Amino acid sequence: MTLAIETAGLCKRFGEVSALDGLDLTVERGVVYGLLGPNGAGKTTAVRVLATLIAADDGVARVLGHDLRREADAVRSRLALTGQYASVDQDLTGAENLTLIGRLLGHSGRAARDRAAELLAAFDLADAAGRPVKQYSGGMRRRLDIAASIVVTPDLLVLDEPTTGLDPRSRADVWRIVRALAAQGTTILLTTQYLEEADALAGRVAVVDHGRVVAEGTPSALKASIGAARLHVRFDDGAGAAAAADTLRSAFGLEVVHEPGSGTLTAPVDDPERAAAILGELTRRHAAMTGFSLDRPSLDEVFLALTAHQEVQP
Amino acid sequence: MTIELLTGGPRPPRAGAVATTAAYARRGLLKLRRVPEQLVDVTIGPILLLVMFTYVFGGAISGTTGDYLQFLLPGILVMGVLLTAVQAGVTLQADRSAGVVDRFRSLPGWRAAPLVGAVLADSVRYAATAAIIVVTGLLLGFDADGGVVGVLAAALLVVGFAFALSWLFTTLGLAVRSASAVQGIGMMAIFLLVFVSNVFVDPATLPGAVAAFVDVNPISHLVDAVRALLYGEPAGAEVGLALAEAAAVTAVFAPLTARLYRRS
Repeated sequence: MTLAIETAGLCKRFGEVSALDGLDLTVERGVVYGLLGPNGAGKTTAVRVLATLIAADDGVARVLGHDLRREADAVRSRLALTGQYASVDQDLTGAENLTLIGRLLGHSGRAARDRAAELLAAFDLADAAGRPVKQYSGGMRRRLDIAASIVVTPDLLVLDEPTTGLDPRSRADVWRIVRALAAQGTTILLTTQYLEEADALAGRVAVVDHGRVVAEGTPSALKASIGAARLHVRFDDGAGAAAAADTLRSAFGLEVVHEPGSGTLTAPVDDPERAAAILGELTRRHAAMTGFSLDRPSLDEVFLALTAHQEVQP
Repeated sequence: MTIELLTGGPRPPRAGAVATTAAYARRGLLKLRRVPEQLVDVTIGPILLLVMFTYVFGGAISGTTGDYLQFLLPGILVMGVLLTAVQAGVTLQADRSAGVVDRFRSLPGWRAAPLVGAVLADSVRYAATAAIIVVTGLLLGFDADGGVVGVLAAALLVVGFAFALSWLFTTLGLAVRSASAVQGIGMMAIFLLVFVSNVFVDPATLPGAVAAFVDVNPISHLVDAVRALLYGEPAGAEVGLALAEAAAVTAVFAPLTARLYRRS
């Protein structure tokens, strides 16, 4: 089966700024693929290039087997984009917006209206179908925008920061929609700056920074790549934590992370028995310890570790 | 939320250029119905000007207000409809800022369909503006010696010219960053071209340099043609010149709009 997305050395400059600097991406079909990165990492530029809205300066890209440059129209007929800002007409009603898209994609008037009604019902917008979109809440507008992208089921759905600016409830709605679409086999490329979101939705993640992929893999593999579990130990004051940090360094040779003055310290520990030994030693020597926890690194930590690493390199 | 029926039926056959253009034109008409103020604010100005100029300056300029109305109405018709054309650029700019253009550009099909559809829908607005101004003029006592045919031909010519000029404003709409800038620059350009033309006064009274500009101003040529049609005078040469200028404007600015649109 052809890949959903295949890019090699994709570059795009805007004046002095290099938005994409050799982006290599391989996305299999049938997965939810997360493009994770901070603001300005090049996520939106990548998405706009893949949706044929802007042309890359250099590099090659194929979407669903079609070359972006030579077969742009074929790409457009199989890919649907939901941009970062709701791209629906504020003056028209929800039903009119979806009917318009249906007609533009080749449906007859009746089929377009039927499909619009079907989607409005599925997205909990039936009551608002006849109201102008400018009266919709942010969450309703976002749902309508996603509905507009699946009027005709695309082979690849691209969602650019689909939950940015939404309240927690609307965000949960969007997550549910993404999961339902994925369950029905639609390939989804989604960009996000929320690590939690990539972790929750994506089967594979590419971490993007300064216009290139700095790490790629499943969320759990990415987490494993920067080390095992972490031991967090808490004290009431910074002095107690500093003393405990010294103990861990001298007695166990651990790389302890401790901010001066902070009551919390963190150390990587990969083995439960060793963790138990460390905690035993700590309770014996530092009775002021008020709490501890042992957890896996979050995607946040993965992300910070990866992008910090990137910065030291020339 | 119940999520079912998310997957649509089979992909319909690809929409042709005519069907997509018609769908975009329908969108323009729906917007017009939803936001009728767009029509009101550009129509009230010319009607106020028509009434004020006729009854305030009419006597001084032409001797009687009736004579001045007879002179002024064709120019006000041109002015009113061309002001309406600015809206084409305003709408396109707003679409681009709102991300609607991105949605349309990511759909398959004829690339110019959104532009052509929108401009076609605008023709309805031009016709409505023309009708309002002509009816107001007739109520005030304008004699249309050209009869129904003359009035219709004049209105058609003005609408055609506005259609051509709307490409200038869509180019402007894609070149600047805000809808209000399009509105401001567009209105100013129209006012300048209309005031330094033969709309309000007989150019024979103007100083040399100004008269020279009025002579080459396409608005003057269009007004000449509209006057001839409304008065029932021979209008062939004037209409021909106005149409040629409309075609020239379209030939330059329609491709320019399409080019900017592809890169927006």
